[in-house]
Amino acid sequence: MLEVKDLHVTVEDKAILKGLNLTINAGEVHAIMGPNGAGKSTLSAVIAGKDGYEVTQGTILFEGQDVLEMEIEERARAGLLLGFQYPVEIPGVKNIYLLKAALNAQRAARGEGEIPAPEFMKLVREKSAEMKMDPSFLQRAVNEGFSGGEKKRNEILQMLVLQPKLAMLDEIDSGLDIDAMKVVADGVNSLRDANRAILLVTHYQRLLNHIEPDHVHVLVDGRIVKSGDKDLALELEARGYDWVLEGSAA
Amino acid sequence: MASEEMEQLVRREYKQGFVTDIESDTVPPGLDESTIAFISQKKEEPQWMLEWRLEAYHQWLKMTPPSWAHLEYPPIDYQAISYFSAPKKPEDRPQSLDEVDPKLLETYEKLGIPLHERAALAGVAVDAVFDSVSVTTTFKEKLHEAGVIFCSISEAIREYPELVRQYLGTVVPQADNYFAALNSAVFTDGSFVYVPEGVKCPMELSTYFRINAANTGQFERTLIICDKQAQVSYLEGCTAPMRDENQLHAAVVELVALEDAYIKYSTVQNWYPGDEEGKGGIYNFVTKRGDCRGDRSRISWTQVETGSAITWKYPSCMLRGKESIGEFYSVAVTNGRQQADTGTKMIHIGENTRSTIVAKGIAAGRSDQAYRGLVKIGPRAKGARNYTQCDSLLIGDQCGAHTFPYQEIGNSTATVEHEATTSKIADDQLFYCRARGIDEEDAVSMIVNGFCKDVFQELPMEFAVEAEALLNVTLEGSVG
Ligand SMILES: Nc1ncnc2c1ncn2[C@@H]1O[C@H](COP(=O)(O)OP(=O)(O)O)[C@@H](O)[C@H]1O
Ligand SMILES: [Mg+2]
Repeated sequence: MLEVKDLHVTVEDKAILKGLNLTINAGEVHAIMGPNGAGKSTLSAVIAGKDGYEVTQGTILFEGQDVLEMEIEERARAGLLLGFQYPVEIPGVKNIYLLKAALNAQRAARGEGEIPAPEFMKLVREKSAEMKMDPSFLQRAVNEGFSGGEKKRNEILQMLVLQPKLAMLDEIDSGLDIDAMKVVADGVNSLRDANRAILLVTHYQRLLNHIEPDHVHVLVDGRIVKSGDKDLALELEARGYDWVLEGSAA
Repeated sequence: MASEEMEQLVRREYKQGFVTDIESDTVPPGLDESTIAFISQKKEEPQWMLEWRLEAYHQWLKMTPPSWAHLEYPPIDYQAISYFSAPKKPEDRPQSLDEVDPKLLETYEKLGIPLHERAALAGVAVDAVFDSVSVTTTFKEKLHEAGVIFCSISEAIREYPELVRQYLGTVVPQADNYFAALNSAVFTDGSFVYVPEGVKCPMELSTYFRINAANTGQFERTLIICDKQAQVSYLEGCTAPMRDENQLHAAVVELVALEDAYIKYSTVQNWYPGDEEGKGGIYNFVTKRGDCRGDRSRISWTQVETGSAITWKYPSCMLRGKESIGEFYSVAVTNGRQQADTGTKMIHIGENTRSTIVAKGIAAGRSDQAYRGLVKIGPRAKGARNYTQCDSLLIGDQCGAHTFPYQEIGNSTATVEHEATTSKIADDQLFYCRARGIDEEDAVSMIVNGFCKDVFQELPMEFAVEAEALLNVTLEGSVG
């Protein structure tokens, strides 16, 4: 589904990703772990198309398409969706309005008509309930005055409504208490199916207790230095990143 | 006020000098007393009205155009303007929509302007086959039942001279400013509204006006009076882009609210802004002022300014009555080469008067705009309060926004709050929307509409929807 090959990325002439390889197949959940500043957010941002990153080498293919040739919105419509670490506030724009515009944009790209209003309302009510969000959140401005946890739940709500093929979730667990973490994890788990994949970016292991990954990768200094299954996350938790570095240096 | 001598002089000149050709429908370009006499005669005005105009003209001759605004334009040749011309004859106008610029039609389509109105707006010589006549008649009957007078200012001068004479120029005096003086001398069109004591006007004064808007003049004069406990909501303008051969527009709007009266005045202004270089656009120099004359009266201005090459406009409130309220909600959008210098004045005279200013400026392209607001608290305005919020949003990096807030506080018990922000349309907001699949233009309009929310929600419902569509059309092509 997603194939990242020898990806080199610089920001303001500073090399951040230095030859990263990653393959994700349908049905899989991948976790990318690594210390602060390793380039985890850069990876998901580059895949989503954020400005300010220069790809100096390498390719990103999504279902065979060259992602780097696509506009930001085309990537999203193709089913690549980024859940933000720091979702931005958009004053005056209702949450539900953004959701509807996004859903209809994606439907249009698939050649489907606009979703009928009652059907849409039913869908968002249902999904908000799953995320334990009061329906009043739908009427508020996007992320405005939301607590950290509410913002994260709102990101997952968007995922549940938009049903991406590949959901990339950047530090979706940061700033969540245990209850909120459970809600968010349940939401993410409900996205799991054979046709979909999930890329989790996190530097804590605890999220992975709730969302069990198929593959765990350790990203250090712009490269994936070690890959394994879910046990790798536990080992990292116990022994720290230095252990991986020592291992890879050897 | 002019002295008696001057009046005599005026009258003498009138007797001697004027050669008016009543048969003709147009005067040649140029402005002198005979032009004014011609207009006045054409309109079948009483003598006092002519004198009033001439008085304004003489004051105007002594004045100079204001130079303090943040605007640049070549000097206007006032002798090159024709001050009276009858509406175009049907045979000189497009005969059907097929003859109209397809771009204009496309815009109407995007704005959702009803089909039957498009022709009128585009200046097509339509027989009155479409609804407007019957709609107008129904409206007139309803208003008549309620005792509301709503007619053209010319008609009012003939039919209700005592009302007009009592109020005209009492809010915006003839010599208030250069453009107001010019307007007072030569105005030819505009509306008059009188809502009698205790009457809540049964409808928004809009549709009627809109259908007639295609014929609005270059020097409009509007006078609205709300008697005690009366209420009216008046909608001026139209979201459709309006073309006009007259480059200079200098309107005057006067509002009078007596005790407990409430006037809500909403404007959507979308005059032709000119081509990409700003050529051919309208210069819009407007004087709008409301007088909260009675205790607990309230005047609310809401405006959405998107058109014109140059906008010079400061709807203001004189808060005389105790506990009277003045409000100003504004969205000004400039794109291309447009320039706008707009804002408001809140003059607190009475005790416990309150005012609210919410001004949103959006600049795109190479446009330039300024917010200019004055909050003045007089010595008797005990306990007066003002809240001002003005926010600017820049799209791209070739445009400019400036804020000039002025405060004159003459009473220490007053509370004046001012908040101002300037932001660039945030890249991370755009990215956020686009990363959800929303294309860039839609994302921009979504963010901009959100930015304007506080103002749009003050607009009457139907206008608010149109205003959003208008904003989108105005900002089309401003990114990417
Ligand atoms: N927009 C940017 N401008 C400058 N430096 C950046 C930018 N984005 C990321 N970086 C730098 O790139 C490195 C990797 O950042 P990031 O991808 O956010 O790491 P992580 O998510 O793994 O903590 C850091 O050193 C960070 O400072
Ligand atoms: Mg990060």
